[in-house]
Amino acid sequence: MLQPWIFIALLLPLGIILPGVAIVANQLLGPHKPNPAKTSTYECGIETVGETWVQLKGQYYIFGLIFLIFDIEAVFLFPWAVAYDKLQLYMVLEGVLFILILAAGLVYAWQKGALEWV
Amino acid sequence: MTILQLVFLATAAVTLVAALMVVVSPRMVHAALWLILALAGVAVLFVLLEAGFLGIVQVAVYIDAIAILIIVTVMLTQRAMGEGGRQVNRSWLWAALAAIVLFGGLLLMLSQAPGSATVATPLAADAEATVEDLGRALVDVDRYVLPFEVASVLLLAALIGAIVVARPSTEARREGRQP
Amino acid sequence: MSDPFGAIGGWLMGLLQSLGLEAGPARFILQFAAAGFLATILLLSTLFTIWAERKIIARMQDRLGPNRVGPFGMLQSVADLVKLVTKEVIIPAGADKLVYMIAPLLVVTSVVAIWAVVPLAPKLIGSDVNVSVLYIISVGSIGTLGIMLAGMSSNNKYALLGAFRTVAQMLSYAVPMILSLLVPTLLAGSMGTVAIVEQQRAVPFFLLAPLAAVIFFISSLTEVGRAPFDLAEAESELVAGFHIEYSGLSFGMFFVAEFLHAFTIGALTATLFLGGWQGPGVEQFPLLGLPYFLLKTLAVYFLLIWARATFPRVRIDQLNSLNWKFLTPLALAVLVVSAVTDKLASELGWNRILANLAGEGVIVVGALMGLWAYARSLRRRQESLRAQVTPSRATGAS
Repeated sequence: MLQPWIFIALLLPLGIILPGVAIVANQLLGPHKPNPAKTSTYECGIETVGETWVQLKGQYYIFGLIFLIFDIEAVFLFPWAVAYDKLQLYMVLEGVLFILILAAGLVYAWQKGALEWV
Repeated sequence: MTILQLVFLATAAVTLVAALMVVVSPRMVHAALWLILALAGVAVLFVLLEAGFLGIVQVAVYIDAIAILIIVTVMLTQRAMGEGGRQVNRSWLWAALAAIVLFGGLLLMLSQAPGSATVATPLAADAEATVEDLGRALVDVDRYVLPFEVASVLLLAALIGAIVVARPSTEARREGRQP
Repeated sequence: MSDPFGAIGGWLMGLLQSLGLEAGPARFILQFAAAGFLATILLLSTLFTIWAERKIIARMQDRLGPNRVGPFGMLQSVADLVKLVTKEVIIPAGADKLVYMIAPLLVVTSVVAIWAVVPLAPKLIGSDVNVSVLYIISVGSIGTLGIMLAGMSSNNKYALLGAFRTVAQMLSYAVPMILSLLVPTLLAGSMGTVAIVEQQRAVPFFLLAPLAAVIFFISSLTEVGRAPFDLAEAESELVAGFHIEYSGLSFGMFFVAEFLHAFTIGALTATLFLGGWQGPGVEQFPLLGLPYFLLKTLAVYFLLIWARATFPRVRIDQLNSLNWKFLTPLALAVLVVSAVTDKLASELGWNRILANLAGEGVIVVGALMGLWAYARSLRRRQESLRAQVTPSRATGAS
């Protein structure tokens, strides 16, 4: 049963190696004249102000978290969807109940303003 | 030594080395990246065990969601890009010896457990039917429908809890304070 | 000629075995060669798709587009490639070298790996795993990781901010994309792309679930970061977003990944919703499957280009509210309604197409009513604000 996975296992490294070869070709073919102005950080042509670190908003964490919750929900729903043809109506409604509970979570997040781009 | 065993050994080695580097890396961002490699190794192990669905679920949930969330959380803290200093203290050799002795003891005890010397017989199931069987089991009234629905309530609780914890306080939002 | 690709594969196997190899290693070498061939063709196909896009957008904007290098400007992408390869690779000081170099490779890999499960013709597919749809989702999100690594390792706070905004956008729009991908899984009863294409022999899923196709199309547009959702690298406005510090072919790889991803979305929409390689006469001549598939993919790709040339860019808060307040509830509604109506149709014996379309029609009516009510409440709020301002101005003047 591992037979189909071999192609994927071959394509993934090839997807890394082929662009890698191209980038190495670029390093070999391009000029190498580093000077401090070129390698300094780009900030619209002026000198960098302050450290290269910014405090990020907490909103990014909330988006990532809501994505995580819906991702896990989808992982539960995929087997349900695969078995869909063999299910009876009440089993489909159980899956619908699952979805509705999480939709309620989305509504909660909406009402609490967690979905605003601050 | 079949090809499968070689692939398993290589994957296991990569996973263990990555897991060690997670703990030892002085920079938090690097530790997060080694964690991603370790999780990918576990996904490959799932696939080798002919549980393709679980391997892909591992990638979809752990690497796509949780690893990104970990990196976001690491970046939210201060001094994330800086060096954390030496992560290994002076008596690491004694700690390593103690861990190896403990491992040896556990191995000894487990090898003397009944039935540990036999090789488990592989399950004779078709992979396609397995995902479908899982789906049917999740909604079957005699089997797992209650954990299925309770899992959704658990996810709802996690969502509500995280929003309550991570939202900026009402004063901060009223002042329009934007970090 | 019922299985031409199997015949070609058998002939190649015979060739390798005649050189003295056994069946196992021969098959491995064959698959390795096929994977290399697929990856190379995909990376080179971007030369064609970039040229096509530039020409089509130019014509839509009433200008000519590239027309100097080669006939009809077809070699323009080759010239760009040569230029990029000979540029200096400038690694910024203080950048995390290993992560900086790996990031573009991860982004390209995530797109190329999707093609392993795309069925190009009957019995011509890289990898017929039975978890293809979930595989597409998980591998596609590795690109998100690559973008975050690119922004973090560049030692540039604008790259970091740009990377985080891009990643937030991609994570947000992954939610309706995953939910809409559950619908063809439902309708086909399998996660494998081969099974999904074969189940569309009677009727393509686009007719059974048009809203799901539209939601998938819109959220994939945003996942790629194309107009009208290309805030992260608004080409005429910001400098560059997460790939500010990349030069030469490393930058070229991000570019290639974006256009290849757009083409891949055409391929995925064609496979999951338009029937893939299905078409008249495919049973007798399986070779016809490949042109059918390419035609459908290019049609959806043309739609992508059309959208890019037509719509203005959205604002970040509009992007956000479009996703969480419109697309995600709509996707949830489509999923629930599709599941219930398809099961009712199969149990009560209704016509499958009409039942599903009726369900979708109900959702469309509901969504339009919701939008109308929302617009009305916005209008009321604006009028009340205006009513508050005007009397005070009148008293102030007098």
